[in-house]
Amino acid sequence: MDKGIEIRTSPHLKRVVSVEKIMRTVVLALLPICAFAVYQFGLSALLLLATTTGVAIWTEWFFSRLSGKGNTVSDWSVVITGLLLGLTLPPGFPLWMAAVAAFVGVALGKALFGGLGYNVMNPALVGRAFVQAAFPVAITTWTPAFAPGRFAELIPSTLTLPFMQPIPVDTWVAGLQLDGWSGATPLAIQKFQHIEPPLTDAFTGMIAGSAGETSALLILICGLWLAWQRMLDWRIPVSVLAGAALTALPFWLADASHYPSPWFVLSSGGLMLAAWFMASDMVASPVTARGVVIYGLFIGSLTVIIRLFGGLVEGVMYAILIGNAVGPLISSWTQPRVYGTSSRKSQG
Amino acid sequence: MNLEAQIQTPQPRTPAWAMLRTLGGIAMISGLLVALVYQFTLPIIAENQRVLTEQAVFRVLPGAVGKRDFVITADGALSPAGEGVDGALVYGAYDQDGGLVGVAITGSALGYAGPVNVMFAYDPECACITASKVLQSNETPGFGDKLDFDPAFLKNFEALDARLNDGGDALANEIVTVKHGTKTQSWEIDGISGATISSKAMGRAANNAAQRAVPAIARDLAVLTQQN
Amino acid sequence: MAELPNTEERLTPDTFLRGLWEENPVFVMLLGMCPVLAVTSTTVNALAMGLATTFVLVCSSLLVSLLRNWIPKQVRIASYIVIIATFVTIVDYAIQAISLELYAALGAFIQLIVANCVILGRAEAYASKQKLMTTLVNSLGMGAGFTLALLSLGTVREILGNGTILGISLFPADFQPWIVMILPPGGFFVLGAWLLLFNWLRLRKERKATGPIGVTADAR
Repeated sequence: MDKGIEIRTSPHLKRVVSVEKIMRTVVLALLPICAFAVYQFGLSALLLLATTTGVAIWTEWFFSRLSGKGNTVSDWSVVITGLLLGLTLPPGFPLWMAAVAAFVGVALGKALFGGLGYNVMNPALVGRAFVQAAFPVAITTWTPAFAPGRFAELIPSTLTLPFMQPIPVDTWVAGLQLDGWSGATPLAIQKFQHIEPPLTDAFTGMIAGSAGETSALLILICGLWLAWQRMLDWRIPVSVLAGAALTALPFWLADASHYPSPWFVLSSGGLMLAAWFMASDMVASPVTARGVVIYGLFIGSLTVIIRLFGGLVEGVMYAILIGNAVGPLISSWTQPRVYGTSSRKSQG
Repeated sequence: MNLEAQIQTPQPRTPAWAMLRTLGGIAMISGLLVALVYQFTLPIIAENQRVLTEQAVFRVLPGAVGKRDFVITADGALSPAGEGVDGALVYGAYDQDGGLVGVAITGSALGYAGPVNVMFAYDPECACITASKVLQSNETPGFGDKLDFDPAFLKNFEALDARLNDGGDALANEIVTVKHGTKTQSWEIDGISGATISSKAMGRAANNAAQRAVPAIARDLAVLTQQN
Repeated sequence: MAELPNTEERLTPDTFLRGLWEENPVFVMLLGMCPVLAVTSTTVNALAMGLATTFVLVCSSLLVSLLRNWIPKQVRIASYIVIIATFVTIVDYAIQAISLELYAALGAFIQLIVANCVILGRAEAYASKQKLMTTLVNSLGMGAGFTLALLSLGTVREILGNGTILGISLFPADFQPWIVMILPPGGFFVLGAWLLLFNWLRLRKERKATGPIGVTADAR
């Protein structure tokens, strides 16, 4: 530009951050987690992530064409949905079910509301909630991490024919001859047998679980990087984690043999991934600074309550969906007072 | 409709007797219809009920061809069901020669989604429960409905210990559902993993049924085996 | 909805067909959602519920039409409710006599037919003003439309949720049932999908009728 002074009307933004840029950065932050998932669970995890992302992109393209809005795939947000969905599913999840989850998530959770910016809830979690209700057995079938030959062969259930029951993995797992493999995630072991697996394992990902939720440490690093890049509101993950830890603390102090410790609560299950990458969904979270803190604390404590007292082992998915649902209400409660007015009522 | 029109044609007042006549008339027609249908369907419904119970009894007690109803009276005795006796029903099942095959007893307990009503077959000879059939439940399909289909779970009820204690007024060992894979005693039920609440309800239902019926059956076995 | 006829209608094929398509109680008027969502987990339940509702609808409409000049305006709602409740009680006994298993599957929703607004709506808006014959044909059409809607939900939910239709298995033994479909959320999903399809068809028809310009887009 060769003009000397550029005069503009307000707002005077220092830099223009496009939706596309934000989304690309988030994808970038998710890549190490995906890479670790593939390293951990092998080819099956790779195919799973490719399926969810591919179907999510196709669904977005299909609905944007149907609605005549032009192609909205290029804003990258649907790639995040696909990747996140893949990361929350068990590594041996049948691909056809993963495709159903991705389609339902994008179609029902996003496209029907009008696309990006209009969705009430996190699309990836909508998809996961649907398959959780539709295929409750398949979504709780776990396979061991670091299986020998995981880059040469697939987990048998991955390539199940569409509409058929997943191929049983029992004999395959038994063939691996792993010591101490019980098929249960640390959360389930804690809930039903009240034994806390070693924390370092949960932190570094040496456990059973969904493809991308096992290493709390890696997720934490990626999330922190994203927050440092100012691509997410750090208040949300921090308050989610604080809410979870604070809710778990009194129970643990009262009866440590029965209830999990706050550290265990933070590092186990999908809480870390959900706090950094799902609760912080820009569209579905409240817009005020005070609101996001309330929203985060609410999700965190609801997660722990569902985990401790609900029928489900992991509660973070429903906690976030409920959090998304009350998000607008929190936003309207926490509207800042208009400068110069005396009470909130005067806003009308 | 404008104002003038309204004034020109005022609404005629409906006399009270017309309203009374209409409501009364309709109530009478209604009462007549309901009474007629009730009279007509009553025997059919009773027959349906009987067939349904009989089917359930014959299913839990294979080999039975006849069924007689008994009632556990307030003082813990067993008497043939009939007019004027009420209490919990038990069903004696008989083979062709009139010999007692077993007794069908029912119990209910609160499950995951409302009550679970179950019929159990009780064999006085081995003092154990030999079969089960869920009569009614709203348990989640895919989880709770395993109670009636899961072969491993049904195996629990092939010889479930229901011995009486020395006093003869309660079971020697309460029937309980234990966590999947931890069954050690013959009075324990191995739960279904993933359907813990439903399988626990089933255990409580079995316990309720046995605690109530077994002492009475043991006391008045003669009433049951008596040929008629 | 087409404007309600205040004068006596002449009997035409449309008297019957309106209930099936143009004024379908479920897909167009969105009435009687309670049984639509609650008892359509299998085809048999849906069919039984549809037929039971149709029976109550036809009988009570006929009786209302028969007594239409005899019921004062002030007590008409009370009269309609008593008439509807009578036929619901009759259906209740009839279903118990036909099959107790079906009765248990339908549960409280048989008694709740009395609160089904399709029936009261028909009595108030149509039967109380029309002759016996047109009322019969119209309520049969409405009942058929209601039954059709329940059936279309019931079959989809049973096929996906159980892999069967009318209890007959459609798929190989290792078919994976979509459990969510026989749970309450499945009712909402399938109803939503059908409404989508119905509205899409209707919009397309209206577009064709108004020509390619389509300025007079859907008003509803």
